[in-house]
Amino acid sequence: MDNFAFFRPTSVAEAIDLASGDQKRDFLAGGTTMVDLMKLAVQRPGGLVDITGIKELESYEIGPGRLRFGALARMAVVADDADLREACPALTEALWKAASPQLRNVARLGGNILQRTRCPYFRDTAYTQCNKRDPGSGCAALEGGVTSLHAILGGSEHCVAMYPGDWAQALIAFDAEVRTRGPGGSRTIPFADLHVLPGDSPEVETILEKGEIIISIEVPVVPAMRASHYLKARDRESYAFASASAAVGLELDGETVKDARIALGGVASVPWRAGAAEEVLRGRTFSEALAREAGRAAFADATPLEHSAYKIPLGADVVAGALMTAHARARAGAKGED
Amino acid sequence: MARDPAHPRPGFSRRIFLGSSGAVAAGAGLAGGAQAQAQQDPAVAPEALSKVTFTLNGKRRTLAVEPRTTLVEALRDTLGMTGTKIGCNHGQCGACTVLMDGRRVNSCLILALTTEGAEIVTVEGLADPGGTLHPMQAAFAEKDAFQCGYCTPGQILSAIGCIEEGHAGSAAEIREYMSGNLCRCGAYPNIVAAIEAVRDEQEG
Repeated sequence: MDNFAFFRPTSVAEAIDLASGDQKRDFLAGGTTMVDLMKLAVQRPGGLVDITGIKELESYEIGPGRLRFGALARMAVVADDADLREACPALTEALWKAASPQLRNVARLGGNILQRTRCPYFRDTAYTQCNKRDPGSGCAALEGGVTSLHAILGGSEHCVAMYPGDWAQALIAFDAEVRTRGPGGSRTIPFADLHVLPGDSPEVETILEKGEIIISIEVPVVPAMRASHYLKARDRESYAFASASAAVGLELDGETVKDARIALGGVASVPWRAGAAEEVLRGRTFSEALAREAGRAAFADATPLEHSAYKIPLGADVVAGALMTAHARARAGAKGED
Repeated sequence: MARDPAHPRPGFSRRIFLGSSGAVAAGAGLAGGAQAQAQQDPAVAPEALSKVTFTLNGKRRTLAVEPRTTLVEALRDTLGMTGTKIGCNHGQCGACTVLMDGRRVNSCLILALTTEGAEIVTVEGLADPGGTLHPMQAAFAEKDAFQCGYCTPGQILSAIGCIEEGHAGSAAEIREYMSGNLCRCGAYPNIVAAIEAVRDEQEG
């Protein structure tokens, strides 16, 4: 690993000054992605601004109308919160089904949503073609590479790297917002606007500016959260990235779908809300056939790569399976209220 | 470094070499005037050694490390505590698992400078001073929960964390919450049995 300067701010203002003062400086939170990518020489920051000393960013609240997660709350702590499990099982499941217990003990929520792609060509500097690492150098995946782990939604001719995270899918499904502060002041970003499609500049992954720090992630509470589920299909039963996953939520009126939320993981360049699949469900009577129709609709616009066509039927099944669980939860909840 | 198993160099141990060079580095950092900076330097230059103080197995330790030094490197190379193993060095295998402030973590992904003030427990700190094994160590021996033993220190610390976190309720839950520790010998069923035995002992 290259060496780097190391800074320990104790306030947000100080952290912003340090990180915005030098283009080569990055924030460091839990470091589980950053240190890994630095060992691989994929990221080579000249300085790290360790923000874990800013204790005020560690808190989180599961409120009746709003969930608020400080950027430095630990994945494991939030995953084990009993109130969150009741308020929104999908948000809990998307946390504990990610990574390993050791990583979740260290990784923070703000860093988690910024997790970088697992594209093997991005992570291995022996491949010189990677438009994300080295803009204009090409794409080893698209130029004869193995594309089984790549995006079938949202990719471009320059980059088909997949967004690997889980929690982001539950956040985008429930219209989360990201509160930030930076050199230009504070702002609130709809979660769906945080990540940007690769297009012709895959090196740009989010709209965050240099020195802009995530303060919190906030989610308005809606009825579909209680009957929600995160289903993750992967090559091994635990501790693996998603081959395909779905964060879903349902609100029913009898058996009629009042509200449906669907987001897809393991298949897209960025966290992916499946609006067309949600539309299939809204206002109709829930059934397994309808869930399967929604699953197919979620992938209607997918572009399979040479080795990733399997993700289309798998992803459709995962969406349908997740909806069946959410439906069972909605029915159980309705019974509980009778 | 090229390795030739047919021609081991007598009298030269990698462990001794790294241990002594680490001690020199630590000494230089502590005595080195401008580089012997106050505890918790707000800023550390890339080439500088900086002091970090943590509690290791109940004893306060102060050492000098570079910003890029990871916790497992500080433990093994600077302090000579080689019970903690490096497997993949990327947080994927769990061999380097230690407890930090009561949480199990991959020490290969933790920068040593971020451990200021932390309580670190490694496998060397588990047995009592009289040499009586920690119940989890004893259970691993009793249940034959290892073959080659390389992953074992990490498995044992992770197993202690697994019970401590309340995630050892069933064999299935243990398997899920021990998934961050790989065992290439495949001792998994016996590892699960050891954890169940310690859990039952603590509950009973």
